[in-house]
Amino acid sequence: MPIGLVPTVSSAPVSGRELRLDLFRGLALWLIYVDHLPANLLTWLTIRNYGFSDATEIFIFISGYTAAFVYGRAMRDAGFVVATARILRRAWQIYVAHVFLFTIFLAEISYVATSFDNPLYTEEMGILDFLKQPDITIVQALLLRFRPVNMDVLPLYIVLMLFLPLILLLMRWKADITLALSVLLYAITLQYDLHLSAYPSGVWAFNPFAWQLLFVFGAWCAQGGAQRMSRILSSRITLWLSLAYLLAAFYVTLTWNITLMNNWLPRWLEQWMYPISKTDLDVLRFAHFLALAAVTVRFLRKDWPGLKSPWLRPLILCGQHSLEIFCIGVFLAFAGHFVLAEVAGGAVFHTVLHAFVSGAGILIMSGAAWLISWYKHSADKSARTKGTIGNADLAGGSL
Amino acid sequence: MRSSSGAILGLALLAGLCTAAAAFAEETPQACEVAASLLASDSPLPKVTQAVKDAHSLNIVVAGSRSSTIPSAEANAYPARLLAYLKERLSSVTVNVSVELQIKKTAAEVAAGFVKLLQDKRPTLVIWQTGTVDAMRSVDPEDFRAAVDEGVATLQKAGTDVILINLQYSPRTESVISAPPYLDNLRVVAQQYDVPLFDRFAIMQQWNDSGDFDFFSASPGLDLVKRVHDCLGRALSKFVIDAAHLEATQQN
Repeated sequence: MPIGLVPTVSSAPVSGRELRLDLFRGLALWLIYVDHLPANLLTWLTIRNYGFSDATEIFIFISGYTAAFVYGRAMRDAGFVVATARILRRAWQIYVAHVFLFTIFLAEISYVATSFDNPLYTEEMGILDFLKQPDITIVQALLLRFRPVNMDVLPLYIVLMLFLPLILLLMRWKADITLALSVLLYAITLQYDLHLSAYPSGVWAFNPFAWQLLFVFGAWCAQGGAQRMSRILSSRITLWLSLAYLLAAFYVTLTWNITLMNNWLPRWLEQWMYPISKTDLDVLRFAHFLALAAVTVRFLRKDWPGLKSPWLRPLILCGQHSLEIFCIGVFLAFAGHFVLAEVAGGAVFHTVLHAFVSGAGILIMSGAAWLISWYKHSADKSARTKGTIGNADLAGGSL
Repeated sequence: MRSSSGAILGLALLAGLCTAAAAFAEETPQACEVAASLLASDSPLPKVTQAVKDAHSLNIVVAGSRSSTIPSAEANAYPARLLAYLKERLSSVTVNVSVELQIKKTAAEVAAGFVKLLQDKRPTLVIWQTGTVDAMRSVDPEDFRAAVDEGVATLQKAGTDVILINLQYSPRTESVISAPPYLDNLRVVAQQYDVPLFDRFAIMQQWNDSGDFDFFSASPGLDLVKRVHDCLGRALSKFVIDAAHLEATQQN
């Protein structure tokens, strides 16, 4: 990801889009979808089973990168106020998308509450008591304080986007100091347990005070940081360190997933290492993402011809329309849960059905991405003939 | 559709239940095998081993939330089944199992009551089923871990053995209750204090995957619940006996 793309990106024409970013964001979207379905065969292909970090890290980092790239340029060309207005408009779009998904969630969960009566789960079903107070629940959802499982990414985004104008302003002044401030905030968060509270209790599943680090780091890379790091990234030491770390993380995750290996880690290491918090973006997770990125940019060059291959086209298209595809993915995960729960059948049948649901979901996401891309192109064309300005979102990543 | 077939099944079972209710407990148990790896634990239960060896008695307290009982059928819940299976396997030992239900209490609230519990019951072994309430209230996983940590420390300091039990596998509520952080943290504390963890979540998931039980079923009736608890009680009795190496003691 970071290395090599910056020198060209800063002066690139609109068509010279960094396809690797789209590719990996598309991949992250697919993985998030598969991870949101109940565990199945395909789940074993997702990266969270092979190391500490997962698709969320990739997604947030790339979003920070593209957002800084697009709106950084807007800030340079049109000034702080206009760029801020555009960022806020984007944040509003994400907010509306979140509320839309919440409505679907509410429908699904209300169905479960009225149709499901299993005495084994008397306790667990108590959670649906919030449906008895729809007024409070809906207001809390609008305030982003009540969030169902798997719907935590968009609220995180909205908060990060709201701070993007400030981040970009600081970056224009001194990019390195901005990154240093971000690291400082991250350290303070871990030390003093900063968090946002949720409704009815608890905390945000992705702590924005911690996860901002990845977003700002992405923005920093977009603002020339990647270029300055290129010497570090191309050194052999970095490569070997990264590979060694990835291997070690892989070994550790094996001990979680294979019952036989549960006790194959020294106890002192477990005590030092656990728990690896996703909420607060554990340092081990962040390091794992960095190692993964370092290895990826080394072996996957910007000019790799495969990026133009039709086989990777669906992934790239998904990555280019990430907000829409993310929402479709969350919706499809709801729908997939529903189908898997409602259709009866034997274990083998369910495995097949599960694979089918996963595959169909990915196909629908790709089809939708293609459709959106086609629509934006044709809308852009007609806009241009009328002499208005083209769609800004196309200029380099929507989120 | 699952729901309609579930309803029919539920009715059929209910009809059968009326005639077979009394005989049920003695009937052949459900074929609910548990993979040996899920019941293997390196962590010992030294106090249990000693109490059985020296005094031929075993006083167990189950501290748990709502899922440790079956409303209206407590005698069929897993603690009672555990007692039955332990008595069967350890015929020469006086076994006692009492249940301390802590409805809607978080781990922190339950842990705060352990000192009194220890004074009142003087157990050899406390089986602590926890995590569900914390997951439902999305208590900060860090706070949850600290609470379990403190509870286990209190119990161990008082010279009691501890077994932790994690959440139920509940596929229908997966989109509202996020279990993984609580499962992970229970595992962490179990490792830290060398306490056996009865992985109820993984066991139930395995039963679901293998087709022993259908936990998606919308209204399966009380019968399924009883069978599940019977299987859990049986697995738990094996778990206790293995972890405390009681098989060898018995033969001596």
